[in-house]
Amino acid sequence: MAEQKNAMQKILKGKSFKFGDDISTDLIAPGRYFHLRSNMPELAKHVLEDADMEFAQKVKQGDFIAAGKNFGLGSSREHAPAIIKLAGVGAVLAKSFARIFFRNSINIGLPVLICDTDKIDENDELEIDLGLGLIKNVTKNIELGFKALPDVMIKLLNDGGLVEHITKNKGFNL
Amino acid sequence: MDKTISEKIISSHAGRDVYAGDIAVVDVDVVMAQDGTGPLAVSQLKKMGFEKVKNPTKSIFFIDHASPSPRKELSNSQSVLRNYAKNAGMVLSDVGRGVCHQILVEDFVSPGQIVIGADSHTCTPGALGAFSTGMGSTDIAVGFALSKTWLMVPQTIKINFINEPCKGVYAKDLIIYLIGQITAEGATYKALEFGGSYAKKMTIDDRFTISNMAVEAGAKAGIFESDDITEKFLKSQDRENEYREIRADKNPVYEQTIEIDCSMVEPMISMPHTVDNTCTIGNIGKVRVDQVLIGTCTNGRLIDLRVAADILKGKKVDKNVRLIVVPASKKVYLEAIKEGIIETLIESGAAVQSPGCGPCVGVHQGILGDGEICLSTQNRNFKGRMGNPDSFIYLSSPAVAAYSALKGYISDVREIL
Repeated sequence: MAEQKNAMQKILKGKSFKFGDDISTDLIAPGRYFHLRSNMPELAKHVLEDADMEFAQKVKQGDFIAAGKNFGLGSSREHAPAIIKLAGVGAVLAKSFARIFFRNSINIGLPVLICDTDKIDENDELEIDLGLGLIKNVTKNIELGFKALPDVMIKLLNDGGLVEHITKNKGFNL
Repeated sequence: MDKTISEKIISSHAGRDVYAGDIAVVDVDVVMAQDGTGPLAVSQLKKMGFEKVKNPTKSIFFIDHASPSPRKELSNSQSVLRNYAKNAGMVLSDVGRGVCHQILVEDFVSPGQIVIGADSHTCTPGALGAFSTGMGSTDIAVGFALSKTWLMVPQTIKINFINEPCKGVYAKDLIIYLIGQITAEGATYKALEFGGSYAKKMTIDDRFTISNMAVEAGAKAGIFESDDITEKFLKSQDRENEYREIRADKNPVYEQTIEIDCSMVEPMISMPHTVDNTCTIGNIGKVRVDQVLIGTCTNGRLIDLRVAADILKGKKVDKNVRLIVVPASKKVYLEAIKEGIIETLIESGAAVQSPGCGPCVGVHQGILGDGEICLSTQNRNFKGRMGNPDSFIYLSSPAVAAYSALKGYISDVREIL
């Protein structure tokens, strides 16, 4: 899995893929592919399959997901944000996130941004400055902010995730 | 400042007073993963260079989600867990022992502890007065390695259950009702503290069912105060010396307080495809069922099987229905056999399976066909949950599930009570 060092210092650019409300972990990483959890690249080919059958084929490195409320509800399966990241998604934007999905995303270095995704449509070109807290919808020529993350989470994202943080600091240093 | 139960427990494990909104690194008492989430935890452990865990007797791998394994990839993943556990001296709960959350409450968790598990329904032991929460594999790997985790102290929503429920209305109905009221994100990031005059009377099994589903409202934890009922349960598991009194302070700050008048609640159904898509049994219409599941960490305990057996005794399940019964643990299974419950269920037409998650997760033991409908006592009915996105899952109490298996469609059990 590609690490994102200094995640908050980067500017991300890509296209947005729009999803609705309540995208569950069963839609992101369906139970019938349970046996592929030991083969993440293979599992990633089925990411979000039951929400959008073609997403896994269409998504390119650096693209974004823009969803409604309660993205990632349901299971604690870390495979859900992991295969989203593996599929190339640079950040997930949503009106709100389910707790465990949100936490897992921070832990694996996948930026999760709470913002008004009504202002983003399918295929909009976005530029996201994580350090400044700004999302620029280039297609619509509008700017939106996202809810600031607590320092602890910024630290984890900057380290590339929890494993990287623990390894670097030989324990917690939050 | 007075504390909620969560603030109290987290403070005692952080080594300082913390309140809602604070972030702390805390000691954890019990750490677990299951066969779906454990292998990733093992690879993260190895990535960090840990071949051993900090607290082996309280570090557990549960093989319950694909148990026994239905295909070789899963068997190989389970081998990873077995090998790591053996080398690290960890506890391994293998095929046939039961669902992780049931074993946790039977054998491992006591009031006042912090428990973290790589499974979203790890909120279940909150019923014993522990702060118990679900996390992902990486968090759990760090929990195994260091016996610590990072936590944001949650705001608490107080739920006061008052008045007795009517006949035919059970704990499952109360929690489905609550989730319908506050929605699937009504308690996101928050702890639910369950109290009120009726909560004090709830059996330990009622509390397990309710705490188990706290996450379906988005909650981080679902906690009951501990009391003599908790103590009695621990005694029944030969763990009475582990009892501690866990109470909130007199006047903590709750984000909000919600009162549930249990006498006004009817048997409830969660309809496809979200848990908060609820309706009363009277409004469900005629819904034919193809499969009924009685079991899981939500409602797979002795009382649940007994309620079902009482309804099914001497009768036969509808010829168009498959009734699948999965006891939540070996202990439950053995007790149910001794009481004659298993015989009654099998005679009525049930297919009884060995303890584990069964068909709940969509991996094996009862995947649905295209267009099929399952009525289940489990906690989640998302699209595709039971292995086929072109199928429909309704949730109910074991009593409604058993009666519906007889009738062939979702039915109001109060008709026969």
